[in-house]
Amino acid sequence: MSLLSFFEWCEDTAVGHAIRDSLWLFPVIESVHLLALALIGGAILLVDLRLLGLGLRSQPVAQLARDAQPWLIGGLVVMLSTGVLLFLSESIKCYYSPPFWNKMTFLLLALLFTSTVRRKVAAASETSMRPLWGKLVALVSLALWFGVGFSGRWIAFY
Amino acid sequence: MAFLPFLEWLESTSGSIAIRESILFYPLVETTHVLTLCLFLGLTALWDLRLLGLAMRRVPVSEVGGRLLPWAVAGFALMVVSGGLLFYSGPLRAAQNIFFQVKMVMIVLACLNALVFHKTVYRRVEVWDREAVIPLQARAAGFLSLVLWAGVVVAGRMQAYNWFD
Repeated sequence: MSLLSFFEWCEDTAVGHAIRDSLWLFPVIESVHLLALALIGGAILLVDLRLLGLGLRSQPVAQLARDAQPWLIGGLVVMLSTGVLLFLSESIKCYYSPPFWNKMTFLLLALLFTSTVRRKVAAASETSMRPLWGKLVALVSLALWFGVGFSGRWIAFY
Repeated sequence: MAFLPFLEWLESTSGSIAIRESILFYPLVETTHVLTLCLFLGLTALWDLRLLGLAMRRVPVSEVGGRLLPWAVAGFALMVVSGGLLFYSGPLRAAQNIFFQVKMVMIVLACLNALVFHKTVYRRVEVWDREAVIPLQARAAGFLSLVLWAGVVVAGRMQAYNWFD
């Protein structure tokens, strides 16, 4: 099965049809997708600002990372489930959309980076690590998530 | 009414036409408007959740307010500027759209809610800064803020449709 025929199969699912056939389902699902974007953005910024020496800088990074964790994961769960629904409703358009593939690449990198390097750096005690590393990790994290959001919005344009 | 002729004039200005017809600038402004949700609403939501006692419970309320709100306010300023440009690019369609009207009303209500909160219960924050139980008025303000801003996002997304025009 080629990738395109898989995308065609996705577009032909009952869920895909239901969302396409409805006037309001797509914008409502997308609204929830946007609300989750705000939540994820806030949870990411809370920790990345702190790693940059900004925001809640008198709090330990590890503590803030623990505070942000449930909101980040909750936001991601909502984001991914609404994202799959949106995808099913326009899979073939996505297949031919360069921003969609950019977004998926950034998403994969952002998820990998956040669950490995960033998690380790945020959990490390401040004394055991040079602050420069924290700043670098924060910048990479912000750049990757920005890439996800930016190319996500551009799926609508191209 | 003098409002409609004003909007018609605004829509006919060269700046408005330039944004409307631009290939790159319009989508860039719109992308800025959407992504600034992270800075503005993301941090505002965390602040509201702190007031509800649901996030960062160990961090004093005044510290969250003092350290995070300036970023949220910067996000709000970006939101207003990018939103203003989007409105400027098509004022007639926007102003007559029911979702846009609802969105503006909810923004005013959300700002009033924030204003009342800051002028009243937040003035006495040192009293309840580290309390486990946050005053009901502060919790109510946090809850109202979450509901109103979520409504603003939904109405903003729906603005793309002219179902009731």
